[in-house]
Amino acid sequence: MMKPFPEVPMLSYDVVVIGGGPAGMASAIKAKELGLKVLLLDENDYLGGILPQCIHPGFGIHYFKEELTGPEFASRLAKRLVELGVEYRTSARVLEIRNYSDLEKFVLFTSPAGIYGVWAKAIIYAAGARERHAFEIGIVGDRVSGIYTAGEAQTLMDIYGVLPGKGIVIVGSGDVGLIMARRFSLEGAKVKAVIELMPYPGGLARNVMILRDFNIPLYLSHKVVEVRGKGRVERVKVVKVDKNLKEIPGSEFWIEADTLVISAGLVPAVKKLKKIGVEIDPATAGPVVNDRLETSVPGIFVAGNSLVINDLVDYVAEQGELAAEGAKEFIENSGTESRKWIKVERGENVRLVVPHYLSGERDVYLYLRVLKPMEDVELRIPEIGKRLKLLVVKPAEMIRLKLKAEEIRNAEKLTVEVTGA
Amino acid sequence: MKTKVAVIGAGISGASIARVLSRYENLEVHLIEKAPDVGWGVSKANTALIHGGYDDDPDKYPTRAKLCIRGNRLWHRWVKELQIAHVWNGALIVALKDEDFDELERLLERGRRNGVPEMRIVEGDELFHLEPGLTREAIGALWVPIVGQIAPIPAVIALVENAVANGVKTHLETEVRGIKVENGEVKGVKTNNGFIEADVIINAAGLYADEIARMAGIDYFEIHPRKGEYWIFDDDVPGPRRVLFPTPTPVSKGIVVTTEVSGHLMIGPNAQDLPPEEKDNLATTKEGLEGVWEGAKKLWPQLPPRSKVIRTFAGLRPEPTGGDFIIKAEEEVWGFINVAGIRSPGLTSAPAIAYEVAEMIQRDLGIKLVAKSNWNPYRREITHFFMLPPEKANELVKKNPAYGKIVCRCNSVSEGDILEAIERMKFIGVKTPSVDSVKFRTKATTGTCQGSFCRPRIVQLLAKEYGVEPWKVTLKGRGSEIGIGDVKALLRGDEA
Repeated sequence: MMKPFPEVPMLSYDVVVIGGGPAGMASAIKAKELGLKVLLLDENDYLGGILPQCIHPGFGIHYFKEELTGPEFASRLAKRLVELGVEYRTSARVLEIRNYSDLEKFVLFTSPAGIYGVWAKAIIYAAGARERHAFEIGIVGDRVSGIYTAGEAQTLMDIYGVLPGKGIVIVGSGDVGLIMARRFSLEGAKVKAVIELMPYPGGLARNVMILRDFNIPLYLSHKVVEVRGKGRVERVKVVKVDKNLKEIPGSEFWIEADTLVISAGLVPAVKKLKKIGVEIDPATAGPVVNDRLETSVPGIFVAGNSLVINDLVDYVAEQGELAAEGAKEFIENSGTESRKWIKVERGENVRLVVPHYLSGERDVYLYLRVLKPMEDVELRIPEIGKRLKLLVVKPAEMIRLKLKAEEIRNAEKLTVEVTGA
Repeated sequence: MKTKVAVIGAGISGASIARVLSRYENLEVHLIEKAPDVGWGVSKANTALIHGGYDDDPDKYPTRAKLCIRGNRLWHRWVKELQIAHVWNGALIVALKDEDFDELERLLERGRRNGVPEMRIVEGDELFHLEPGLTREAIGALWVPIVGQIAPIPAVIALVENAVANGVKTHLETEVRGIKVENGEVKGVKTNNGFIEADVIINAAGLYADEIARMAGIDYFEIHPRKGEYWIFDDDVPGPRRVLFPTPTPVSKGIVVTTEVSGHLMIGPNAQDLPPEEKDNLATTKEGLEGVWEGAKKLWPQLPPRSKVIRTFAGLRPEPTGGDFIIKAEEEVWGFINVAGIRSPGLTSAPAIAYEVAEMIQRDLGIKLVAKSNWNPYRREITHFFMLPPEKANELVKKNPAYGKIVCRCNSVSEGDILEAIERMKFIGVKTPSVDSVKFRTKATTGTCQGSFCRPRIVQLLAKEYGVEPWKVTLKGRGSEIGIGDVKALLRGDEA
């Protein structure tokens, strides 16, 4: 075999899992259970990904059939991983992925024990997502202390024990923003406002309740446009937007605050996959995949928030398992069989849907999000005559739809649409 | 008896002067800076260019015209001696209209007068060969191969490290409150940290040089701030190979499109004159940034979507009365040398300014400078994990595992890099731990995620190395602490 870096020690596995969060751990566990030789790499000092800092409950209702906190969910998976003897390395950051051929993948990683190269037949990429930051959403003004992404504020509070501030404005009413609104309130800080660009809240219904519980004002159809302060945030400028999200002149007002928390959405962290030519779906910003969560590069699988931004960790773990099953089949068959794929397309009021291609040979879960909230609607796939009545749909809540192999087997393509009943 | 020299301001000018003066045995050099670290004023936020010297009219701005080209030549040597990140990729001053050619001809002529080598006008295939992504509206350009780019704050840091290694004493977080003058001679500098005796005072205080001069009774110039705003994009966005300028106007060199030394597409600046009292107004504005965007699009039509923006920022240029650099040993106050109004091309000119000042000390003050026999011109850059081939990195990791551990994932900055940076901060006397001090030395927090993953970890490392609580670590000096206390501080009612 080639030696891309002659001086670097080489390891060899059936499958390398990149990322030790819920998707990666579930995936490594499944791969091991299926008899594969697996190595899990995670860049943090501990396994669990983002879960160890999510100290609130609400995790695991589907996957473990009970309600857990983030650290509990992570430790259950970690325990299982250790019991099975899955090999893993923490503080291990992947520097490069190379795809030499279908069954020759190469991963270069660094760790306190040194830099290693790993040969693998398949890669499961579960490196999560990153948060959008203040510059990306066009906030101008002073570049001062007191501006944090929600995840960074959460890390400071619940990993490092630091309280960022006491007068808080939160940008975005997604789950992370709402959870941080509660977290700050519980520690005695005053959450002065949650500012949401859209005309509806962005989080799960159970998290939107937080605003009522703690008496926090929610400004829908508003945006934060400017921060001012010397050294530290002193005030933020808010402006109302119209139906087309355009700022309404004269609607500006200032809120005094020492802290601005940005919860403006997550972006799959897939730069390393793009570099090796993995096709990206602009709708999800994650890879285009088939029903085994295999990307356009054969033998590279993806799961969790690197695939699509999920709102439930349970689905993330489920995707991890699915990717492991895919890797197992891929290795057994020495590649992906060529076949005619059934393409899944976005129809009316569907913002995103994964997977993108179905084999028709197995049951599959479609994960989808709508474009706008609606009531009394029908989810339809006209090609197979599928119709499902839904009372409420919201962009914040991912819809998971099971399709049976026999339903889809003879379809050419599937168009998923959500329309008034 | 050594001559005591106080240099006020540790920006690119003050740092260059301190370095040049550090080679003389009979000088005791004190570098005084009010910020917690060096290079945080005007030097921090600019276009980071080493200009070609064709732009400064020798009739109107003789000092600029003389020092720019000289500075350019000196930087070619200094970046090597001091291991400063740089690229010599040349500039194209682009003509979009027929009339622009007249201006290019004038620039070419002026450049020749100023002694700029290898300039010429390029057109057609050659132009697009030099810059394939350039707008197809371009009809020609002035090609200036000697133009380059450096990392400006790392340059200041390198200069100060070298100066300190050669005996210069730094006084950070030291604000000058007065200048003591007796019988027409300078005696020293009054600061918040006490009196610093000096026989020679060099005023390199950037935006505040007029205020410092007034403290010595010199009041013939004013500095007003001119704001410039910039956009910077993620490193997977294609940028130009050359530095692209529009054809200049009388006011400014125009909005530049460039790939800065770290590989990020950068556009800017605009030019907005602020009143003299707004010397700390570094706020970006929507209108300003949109103007920059429109300006840059004229040269570089394929600007990426806004989701690829990783940062917007603003800097201030110190515009002096008259427009030319004010570099002068003042006759009425013996020992007081002004290095004021160092606007563009100040970064380029800095090494030449420093030699000019050394010459003034000899010529105008009559102090004969005696060279040290053991002056060390070299300074080693800190380790950057991302620059090491894996084999080399492994040797380092074997000696110290911290080099194998990545803290900043976007730019592959290791814990070892960061610990080295903290050591260097202490070496030059940085007393207040700041994330920005680590950022400018390592590039941590400057990538796609802008530090949301690694900033808490850097805070933790700074807290440990400086022996302070993590919430007392600052972003950029006192008043910008990362937190207000431990997580239970408010509930206990003992909030900081």
